[in-house]
Amino acid sequence: MPEVKIRKIVSCTEEIYHEGGPKADTPLRRAAVVAVIENPFSGTFAEDIQPFMEDLKPLGLEMATRLIGLLGGDPALVEGYGKGAIIGAAGELEHGALWHAPGGYAMRDVLGGAKAIVPSSKKVGGVGARLDVPVTHIEASYVRSHFDSMEIGLNDAPRANEMVLTLVMTTGARVHNRAGGLQAGKIEGKDGLR
Amino acid sequence: MSADIRKIAVWVEETHQEIGKVISPATRKAVAVAVIANPFAGRYVEDLTPLMDIGAELGGLLGDKCVAALGISSDQAESYGKAVMVGENGELEHAAAILHPKLGAPLRKAVEKGAALVPSSKKMGGPGQVLDVPLGHKEAAYVRSHFDGIEVRLNDSPRANELMVAVAVTDSGRPLPRVGGLTHGAAEGIDGLR
Repeated sequence: MPEVKIRKIVSCTEEIYHEGGPKADTPLRRAAVVAVIENPFSGTFAEDIQPFMEDLKPLGLEMATRLIGLLGGDPALVEGYGKGAIIGAAGELEHGALWHAPGGYAMRDVLGGAKAIVPSSKKVGGVGARLDVPVTHIEASYVRSHFDSMEIGLNDAPRANEMVLTLVMTTGARVHNRAGGLQAGKIEGKDGLR
Repeated sequence: MSADIRKIAVWVEETHQEIGKVISPATRKAVAVAVIANPFAGRYVEDLTPLMDIGAELGGLLGDKCVAALGISSDQAESYGKAVMVGENGELEHAAAILHPKLGAPLRKAVEKGAALVPSSKKMGGPGQVLDVPLGHKEAAYVRSHFDGIEVRLNDSPRANELMVAVAVTDSGRPLPRVGGLTHGAAEGIDGLR
């Protein structure tokens, strides 16, 4: 099994007080943890890539744990999440798909449940590529107030033989949400959708 | 006048490997950004004192955010820098008013001492534009291992009537410094230069 070789870890947080409207009593917080790792499959076509998902599990858990810390240390504060990957140019989009299971389940682990599917985006890109990571409510995907996204990217990654993996969490709705739809208070919480 | 803050973002990056060599302990850089309303957007105002006061407020706030994000005591900070990007309805002089007269003193309090000039940059720009914050050793500007920079970019800032104010702090120099010059250990830290 290939070892996960980490070149860089980045954490970023945003506190959003307003967006031209009334100032929020509690600012919305978004956080991302980004890992730049070597892509063990770069430059080759490997048929059997799934064992690397197992290798990525400890990294996923480390990143999810850091996210809780960045948002104040209490998993109960987290209401939205998302994940994503940018694969360096010597790799393949399919390599990014290896992040779905270890990234998603790590966040559910530290959140103690979370029924909704973790939204995701992935692409192949070069150094400086930006990725818009989609965010939805952790218990019910249809909660409209929590549809959001966070842009991540690093000027020096991913190099061709690397991949950038990210997890994102948020503490609530868009700061001036007023587009209707299912409200967080009306979640049934059975199927992960409503 | 205190700053009308729309958003605060904090970014921390750790470099664990560079060109295949393990960096232990990892070098770490933090940058904290406040996105604020430009009180003088769209008009010429002679007296920029209110922006100077905002500079003082943000120097302390953002310096503290960086130190907290790095999880260090203030005396462990090794280098610093500052920069402002002015939205298009502002004036480059607004950036100068925030950066130069009053921002430094509270920043130096946040990082303990700081005999050296705080390196800076300023520009006009729009949402998503990159701001490069220069970094230099906080006690002795000639310490060559600590000449560096960190990029900051927010997809939604600065809007036309906003200012994006950035302060960067590190607990280390470049990952693999080997171009000679004055070293961290040999710095006297009396005149701010050597």
